[in-house]
Amino acid sequence: MNTLRTEEMTLNMGPQHPSTHGVLRFIVRADGEVMREAVPDVGYLHRSIEKIAEKVGYHGFMPYTDRVDYVCAMFTNQGWGMACEKLAGIEVPRRGEYCRVIAAEFNRIASHLLSVGTMAMDIGAMTPFTHAIREREMINDLIEELCGARLTFNYMRIGGVGFDLPPGWREKALAYLDHFDPILEEYNALISYNKIYIERLANVGVIAADDAVNYNLVGPNLRACGVKWDIRKDIPYSVYPDFEFEVPIGSGQWGTLGDAMDRYMVRIREMAESSKILRQALKQLPPGSVLAKVPRNFKPPAGECQIRVESARGDMGWYVVSDGTAFPWRVHVRTGSFAAMGITQKLSRGLMIADLVTLIASLDVIAPEIDR
Amino acid sequence: MRTLVQTLLASGFFGRNTPYDLVAAIAVFVLSAAVFLGVAFPFAGIVSWVERRVWARIQSRVGPNRVGPNGFLQWLADGVKHVCKEDIVPTDADPVLFKMAPYLVVLAFVLPWAVMPFSSALILADLNVGILYMTAVTAITVVGVLMAGWASNDKWSLIGGIRSAAQIVSYEIPAGLSIFPVVLMTGTLSMQGIIRAQGWAPQHWFLFANPFTFVAANILFISALAEGNRTPFDLPEAESELVAGFATEYSGMRYLFFFMAEWGNLFIIGAIIATLFLGGWQFPRVSNNPVVMNVLELITFNVKVLFLVFVSMWVRGTLPRVRIDQLMTLCWKYFVPIAFANMIGTAIWVAIWPEGNPVAGYIMFAAGIVVAIVFIRRVVFYAKRSQMELYYYPTI
Repeated sequence: MNTLRTEEMTLNMGPQHPSTHGVLRFIVRADGEVMREAVPDVGYLHRSIEKIAEKVGYHGFMPYTDRVDYVCAMFTNQGWGMACEKLAGIEVPRRGEYCRVIAAEFNRIASHLLSVGTMAMDIGAMTPFTHAIREREMINDLIEELCGARLTFNYMRIGGVGFDLPPGWREKALAYLDHFDPILEEYNALISYNKIYIERLANVGVIAADDAVNYNLVGPNLRACGVKWDIRKDIPYSVYPDFEFEVPIGSGQWGTLGDAMDRYMVRIREMAESSKILRQALKQLPPGSVLAKVPRNFKPPAGECQIRVESARGDMGWYVVSDGTAFPWRVHVRTGSFAAMGITQKLSRGLMIADLVTLIASLDVIAPEIDR
Repeated sequence: MRTLVQTLLASGFFGRNTPYDLVAAIAVFVLSAAVFLGVAFPFAGIVSWVERRVWARIQSRVGPNRVGPNGFLQWLADGVKHVCKEDIVPTDADPVLFKMAPYLVVLAFVLPWAVMPFSSALILADLNVGILYMTAVTAITVVGVLMAGWASNDKWSLIGGIRSAAQIVSYEIPAGLSIFPVVLMTGTLSMQGIIRAQGWAPQHWFLFANPFTFVAANILFISALAEGNRTPFDLPEAESELVAGFATEYSGMRYLFFFMAEWGNLFIIGAIIATLFLGGWQFPRVSNNPVVMNVLELITFNVKVLFLVFVSMWVRGTLPRVRIDQLMTLCWKYFVPIAFANMIGTAIWVAIWPEGNPVAGYIMFAAGIVVAIVFIRRVVFYAKRSQMELYYYPTI
C-alpha cells in the first residue's frame, strides 16, 4: 500500500495581503497548515530616500525623513537633526531638547498603540484595534496642535524644533496622560490577559537572546529576549538622563522568554514608561528658546558622524558624511525593521500559517522602514 | 394546506383537469418562497445592520447611520449594491461548481426554517425528527463551502475551504452529543415536543434542569458558533490570514449569499438553543384566545433568540481568533469527552428521577442569577475604572 502522496504548496503572501502591513511579500512553502519556510522578499517600498538627501541639502531633507518611518516620524526627524548638529557642532537649547523628547515620547506611545492594535487585529480581535486607534487619534490631535501635522510631522529642525509648545498645550497633554493610564489598564483587561490571546502568542516565534544579538534585532524586539539594551539609558542622548524610567524587558511568564507575547507586553509596558517620562518632562520644562541659531545656508565642515536614536522600533542609526558643501556626500539610515525581517525566515520554520501573521505583527515591521 | 389546495382547485383558476398534486406543489413552493423571502432573507439583512451597529458600539464607533432612520435600510442598500456588481468567475475556476456553491450554502440556511417553532401553532412542519433534521440540513453548509474553496482554484480559498470542512465536521460531534441529554429527558426529537416538555418559568427550562444540561447548553452554543464560522472560530474566512478565505474569489450577489447565510445562521443557532434549553415559545397562559397566545409566544421565542444573537455579536466583538490546532484540541480533547460524560450523567439522572428533580431547577436557577449578578458587577467595576464616559446614545 502506497502512502498518501502529499505536496508542498507555495503560497505567495503579499505584496497585497491584509496582514502584511504595507507592502511586504513572503514566499511561503507550506505543508498544509504548517510552514516549511517563509522567505521574506523586501524592496517593494524602496524610494531612494538616502539618495534624495544628497540632492536636497541638509535643511531640505528634514521633511523626507518623515517618510523613512511614517509611524514614528519624530524619531527620524530627531535622528537627522542630531546628526547634522553633531557634524556642525551646534548646541540645541534646553527647551528645544525638552520639546523634542515630549514630541518623541508621545509619538512612541502612538506608534506602540498602532502596533499592539494591529497585532490584536491580526489575531482576529477587531475591538482592541479601534480602541487603540481612538487613543492614537487623541495623540495625533495633540501633535497636530503642536506642529500642524498628524502623521509626517516635520516638527524638528536642525538646532531644535520648529515651534514652541502652544499656550495651554501642557495642561492638555497632562490631562491626556491622566486619561491614558487607566485606558492602558482597560486595554490590558480587554485583550492582553485574554486566554485565547495569550494562547495564540505564547511560545510563538521564540527568539533566543544570542540569536537576537546575532541578527542585530533592536528595540522592543531585542528587549523582549531579555537583553536590557536601550539607547536612552545606555548611550544617553538629548535630555534623557534627566528622567527616571525603567527599561522593560521580556519576562517569559506566559511562555518562553522571547516569544511573541513578551514582545507584545514589552510594548505595553513601554507605553507606561513613556507616559512617566512625559509627566516628568512636562513638569520640568525649562524656559528659553527652542531653536538654536543655524545659518540658512547650512554647510557643516567636512567629516562624518554616526548617531543613534532609540526609535519606537529600536536603535535607529544615522550615518552622514559631509564634504563641506551644502549637500551631504552620503547618508545612511540603519533601521530596526530591516533586521527584524531578516530573522523571520529562521523563525518561520515549523510555524503555522496563522503564526506567520502573529510573527510579523509581533516584530512590528513597518514596510517603508525596511526599504527606505 | 389540504383545504387551501381544495379551495384553489374549486375556484377553477388552474383549469378544470389540473391534477391535485400539481396545485399542491405550486402552493408549497409559493408558501415557502413567501416564508423565505418574507422572513429569512430580511432577517439576515436586518441582522447584518444590527450586528454592524452593535459592533460599532462595542468598538466606540458610530456604525452605518445614513440610509434610513439610524441606517436601518443599510442592508437593502448593500443588497442592491451587490446585485448591481459584476459577477466575476475567474478564468481558471471550475465554473459550474463555482456558481453552484453559494446556492448550497443558502440552501443549508433556508431548510431549517421549515421546522422553526415560532409558536404553538406557527410551524411549517412539526417533524417527529425535527431536531435531527435541523442538525442534518445545517451540515450541508460544509459541502457548499468546500465546493467554493476548491472551485475557486485559489490557494487561499482552498485553505479556507479545507479549514471550514475540518471545523464543521469536527464540531458536529459535540453539538450532536449535546442535543442527546434533552432527547433523553423528553423522549422525543420533535421541536414542539421538546418545547412542550418545558415550562415558561426559568426553573422549568432544560438549561437549569440539572448540571449536565447546563454544560450541554454551553457546549452546544460554542459548537454552534464554530459551525457558523463565527468569531472566535472564524478561521475559514480569517481576513488577516486568508484574505477572505473561501469567499476570496467571489463578487457581487454570490459573495453576499455566503454572508447572508452566515447572518441568517445566527437565528438558527439561537433557535436551536432556545428550543432545547430556554423553553422555546413557552408563555404563561394569560388568555384563552389562541391568536393572542400565539402572538405572545411568537414574541417570547423571538426575544430569546435575539438575545442569543446579541450574545454571539458580543462575543464576536470581544474575542480574538483561535488557531486551527487549538480549535481541534478544544473540540476533540475537551468538548467530545465532556459531551459524552454529559450524556451518561443525564442518563443516570433520568434513571434516578424519571420525572425530573424540581429542586434542582430552583437551585440551578438561583446559581445562574448569582453568576449574572457577579458578571454585571464586574462590568460596572471595569466601566468605572476606565473613567470613560459611557456614551450611550443609541440613535446617533
